[in-house]
Amino acid sequence: MNTTRRLSGGVSKYIALALLLLFLAVMLFPFYIVTINSFKEPSEYVAGGPLSLPHGFYVQGIIDFWNRVEFGTKLANSLLISLSVAVLGVALSLLNAFALGIGRVRGRIMMLIFFMIANTLPQESLAYPIYFFAKALNIYDTQFSVILVFAVIQSAFGTYLLSSVFSTLPRDIVEAAYIDGCTKLQLLLRIILPSNLPTLSVLFTFFFIWTWNEFFLPLILLLSNAKQTVPLAIATLQGQYNMDATMSSASALMGILPCIVFFILFQRTLTRGITAGSVK
Amino acid sequence: MRSRSRTRITRTRWVRNACVGGGPCSPAPFELAALAPLPCCRRYIYSTQGTVQYVRPQAAAHTFFVHHRALLVERGCSVARKASTLNKGYWPFLVPGLILFIFIIILPLLMNIGISFTNWNGIRNPKFIGFENYIRLFQDKAFWASFRNNLAMIVAMTIVPTIVGLFLATFLFDYIARVFKRGKGITSFFRAGFYLPQILPVAIAGVVWGWILQPGTGVLNWLLDGLAKATNTTSLAHNWLGDASTALGTVMVIMIWFQIGYPLVIFMAGLQRVDPELLEAASIDGATWLQRFYYITIRIIQPEIFVVVLTTVIAALKVFGPIFVLTRGGPGNATLVPSYFAYQNFFGGTNRVGYGASIATIMTIIIVILTIVFIKMQSKENI
Repeated sequence: MNTTRRLSGGVSKYIALALLLLFLAVMLFPFYIVTINSFKEPSEYVAGGPLSLPHGFYVQGIIDFWNRVEFGTKLANSLLISLSVAVLGVALSLLNAFALGIGRVRGRIMMLIFFMIANTLPQESLAYPIYFFAKALNIYDTQFSVILVFAVIQSAFGTYLLSSVFSTLPRDIVEAAYIDGCTKLQLLLRIILPSNLPTLSVLFTFFFIWTWNEFFLPLILLLSNAKQTVPLAIATLQGQYNMDATMSSASALMGILPCIVFFILFQRTLTRGITAGSVK
Repeated sequence: MRSRSRTRITRTRWVRNACVGGGPCSPAPFELAALAPLPCCRRYIYSTQGTVQYVRPQAAAHTFFVHHRALLVERGCSVARKASTLNKGYWPFLVPGLILFIFIIILPLLMNIGISFTNWNGIRNPKFIGFENYIRLFQDKAFWASFRNNLAMIVAMTIVPTIVGLFLATFLFDYIARVFKRGKGITSFFRAGFYLPQILPVAIAGVVWGWILQPGTGVLNWLLDGLAKATNTTSLAHNWLGDASTALGTVMVIMIWFQIGYPLVIFMAGLQRVDPELLEAASIDGATWLQRFYYITIRIIQPEIFVVVLTTVIAALKVFGPIFVLTRGGPGNATLVPSYFAYQNFFGGTNRVGYGASIATIMTIIIVILTIVFIKMQSKENI
């Protein structure tokens, strides 16, 4: 009895694994097909179709695409915006959460609910006034406008998350430090900040990637080509030029690659963060 | 250096002051003088019974405080004196955040609501027209089409991924992880693989699929043509996004592809709370796999399911990037969604800003209601 069960388990488990692999292959097919076609010559694509493996390592398509859209500038823009937002957003969240999570500011629950709601607001409901303000203040079509807006939007989430983390900190630590003569600022910078670095780094990573992936508000706020971010440049490129299939594929690959790099860099932080953020 | 010595004086004084009020205090559990440098520094030394120890600031401060408080309370000293100011004076820290928040979120939000009651092209003075925009909106076929497509997005981004993610996560966790020797490694490999689409900016995901689905040179039609040739049937090649009858379905499939990883990752984390002994006991009692799944697994990861459903419903209501990249709402209104509809009115050349604002306001109302439900349910769970 025992052996037959183990035997049937032996076969069926490999069938199950094969089915899973098949499903995964279907899911990852777009990544595969984009990658192989980015390294093909246009004539190769026409002759061999999209499924054939590239003959060599043809990178001219990627280079052409890179030059045509000044991809280096786009990368620099995206990096500048995402990094600034991550730094500013974490700083704002930390200040807010310090007051709401450690200090028992009056009306803190209401404020937290406010931040929480702000986090889920559709950007469409802010878009036109922000566009209007940006024009009036002469910061329209600057990276600064995008940085400012997203730092605040992201900090709404950060405040909510950090406050709930801070409010679970052992009260004794705060009291002890305070009684030992710490000022509020020292308490924040020397006790709360260092002991919560892991949480802050998760927030930082999240803000960075979320901002990198943003599309709607950058589309509205960044008009000129030289200011655009990576997703924006690639998305608005569709239809602007007559690109052949391999160059289109190269453009898609250029959109995917930075994210794969982040994924590899931050994988542990990300998976920890997704689960921590969902159910606290 | 200066601040250190000042801080030390404060502390000593506090202890002394506290002792004045109520009788004599016995010697501290460890010498105060030996406590140096102060807790706000990285490390700090104290000595007990002749040995010197290096302690992390929090730990040392903790020990110090707890011992002293216990001792002082015992002798009737007033500990609460200084602690009473502890919870005050945090307002300054909120100032930058609140100012920015007011100018970038609250004010624009209120302005948008205000604009929704006007007829405005963005340039000339807005004209107040009351609820006219809303009345027109409810008679607008395009709006109802966008609303219907939103429901389709909820199917594609919430319902299907949640169900598939639930089964996939349980299957990986409950079966694959147990029957293989290296089950843990295999499951995390699959988890990462299925999650991969999620790391893309959703607009880029749209670009990738737009390329695959190109009617002339795209991969999908090429494959379908090849298949037809091989089997001698008519090709199913089709302009998937360009045809009104298939556009919405195609976008839905793309969104399912994009979304599956998210519930999978969250459910797999939640499943770690399921006690394997519970499942085993149930199976010994004769529960089938489906029964165990339904009566045990789902019940335990209910909070995760709830979080996934609400966050993805909200995301589905807001979806914009893929529509912008793939179809621009077309053909006709076949894939129009409210956010793209609002965008069209704001910036699409017609400049019907007031009308766009009323669409955005309705979206906001729906999403805020959902968020409040979410907060209510979560706080209930926490109690």
